[in-house]
Order: sequence, then C-alpha cells, then structure tokens
Amino acid sequence: MEAIRASFGVGLAVAAYGVSFGALAVTAGLDIWQTCVLSLLMFSGGSQFAVIGILASGGAAAGPAAIASAALLGTRNSLYAITMAPILAERWPRKLLAAHWTIDESTAVAMAQSTLEARRTGFWWTGIIIFLGWNLTTLIGALLGDLIGDVSQYGLDAAAAAAFLGLLWPRLKQLQPIVVAVAAAVVATLLTPALPAGLPVLLAALVAVIVGIANWFAPRGRAREAPLDPRAANGGVS
Amino acid sequence: MTVWQIILVASIAVLALKLLGYLVPPSIIEKPTPARVANLLTVALLSALVAVQTLAVGQSIQLDARVPALLVAAGLFALRVPFIVVIIAAAATAALIRLVT
Repeated sequence: MEAIRASFGVGLAVAAYGVSFGALAVTAGLDIWQTCVLSLLMFSGGSQFAVIGILASGGAAAGPAAIASAALLGTRNSLYAITMAPILAERWPRKLLAAHWTIDESTAVAMAQSTLEARRTGFWWTGIIIFLGWNLTTLIGALLGDLIGDVSQYGLDAAAAAAFLGLLWPRLKQLQPIVVAVAAAVVATLLTPALPAGLPVLLAALVAVIVGIANWFAPRGRAREAPLDPRAANGGVS
Repeated sequence: MTVWQIILVASIAVLALKLLGYLVPPSIIEKPTPARVANLLTVALLSALVAVQTLAVGQSIQLDARVPALLVAAGLFALRVPFIVVIIAAAATAALIRLVT
C-alpha cells in the first residue's frame, strides 16, 4: 500500500524530532509531565515550540502571549480540517480523534494520494504513527533534557532557533512568504527592546494579515496559488 | 497564570481550532484570502520566533554564538540534511564557540 508506505516515511522522520521538543521544553523550565501533556493534548509541533520558546524568554508572565501565539499558529490546522472533513466524513466520537490528528503531515500525506480510500488510509496511518512516535520521543527528549541540565552552555538555545527555522524552511518557496518572513523577523527584532517577551512575536503576525489581505507580492502567471499548503510530505522536517 | 494553566488553555485552544474546521461549511476554504492569511500567519510567526530565539536575551538584543549556529542550520537545511541532524549541529556549533571564547 503506497499510502501506508508514505505514512511510515513521514511519520518516522517526524517522530525523531520529538526528541528535540522534549529536551527543549524541559530546558525552557517545564517539568516532564507538562512537556508530555503538551505533546499529548496540543499535538501540533509549531504551536508547541512557540509555547516553550515564549515561556523560556518571558516566564509564566508571558502566558497570554504564549497562548495567543500557539493559537495563531494553530489556525492552519483549521484549514486542513476543512479540507479533510468531507474526505473522512467521520461521526462522533471519531470526529474528535480526526480533529486531534489533523496536522501538517497527516493532511499532506492524505492529499498526496489519488483515491478517496487511499486518502483516508494515509490520514489515519500518518496520524497514529506520528501520535505514538511524537509522544514517545517527547518523553525520551524530556528525560534527556532533565539529565543534561544547564542548557545554554550546551547550545540548546541555538537548537531552539534552528528548530523554528526548520519548521519555516519548507514554506519559503515563493516571493510572498519570503517577504513576510523577512519583514516579520525585522518587526519582532525591533520591538523586542520595547515590549514584554512574547508580544513582539504576536505583533509580527500583523505583517501576515496585512500582506495576506492586500495580497502584495502575489505569485504571478498562475491562475491562483493553492488554497492549502501543507508542507511537502517528503520534504524533510515534519 | 501558572505554567499548568498556560499549557492547558493553549492546548485546548489549538484542539478547538482543529475541531472548528470539521464543524464549519467547507465553502469557506474556497475563498482565497482566509487561506492565504492563515498560511502567511504561520510563516510570520515562525520567522519572528527564529529572530527572537536567535537575537533576544530577555528584552535586549545580543549577537552571540546563536547567530553562527543559526547560519550553520540554514546552510544544512538548504542542503536538505535531516531535521534532527541540523538541530544537533546547531547546538554543537553554539556550544563549541562558547567553549573556545
């Protein structure tokens, strides 16, 4: 089964990077339980990294900004869900499970298949492989992070930056996202000295809203860009 | 807020957003603007997080070992090196620079 093979390929690659999340979460100040609950309940890599990144720099006082960043990063999952809903056509309570497992990878593998049956297979297999693998490797990473101790000496703060870059990288294939990425980085950097931790990141999101609504730097010569852009299933990160 | 409250509220919000997509009519996605804004939001937030994680120490901007580490990571991602290898290489670069300076 082609769809199942794709699920394993993508799933195993992603599972491996749960280790980085677990280790970084613990070094950001979360305990092992909190780290594991994030992976079990939130189960969306970008949002999870955002929570721990903002808590690491701003502490619990940056909580509202951490929640808002996680939610904004989670809005793309809503789009994936809208795409998957008619394909899966699940009833409760499986609808809840489908929602929980609606992430970049499960959607990407599903949409890469050509038949309805293969799409369902791809979605559910990718979902279960990543759910099990991500939570297991999160726990392993958290235990490792606990052992390692003082982080910045070891370079784990740089690892967190690299992790965000790895999530961003596959999305920078057209001019519009590249312009947004550069502008958002500049805005966040310039606002950092002026605002409490977490807020510069949130305000940088406005760049996306403005450019997105005005549709500046839009791709030309094509009818329209794809309405949905889950990362290429075989692209690497996740 | 306690860290537990932050974790639970953020997790429920992210889960609720996923569920929302299964409850709204699918015609929404046919409009290009919401889809485009959602995709660009992801890009903007991740990029801002890269910048802050690389340059900020609390509320100040500092250029230190994280910058060359990020450049190494960018080079490796461009060469399509697997995620976990890049993360370890970035951490090792920063750790090595801190060791010798």
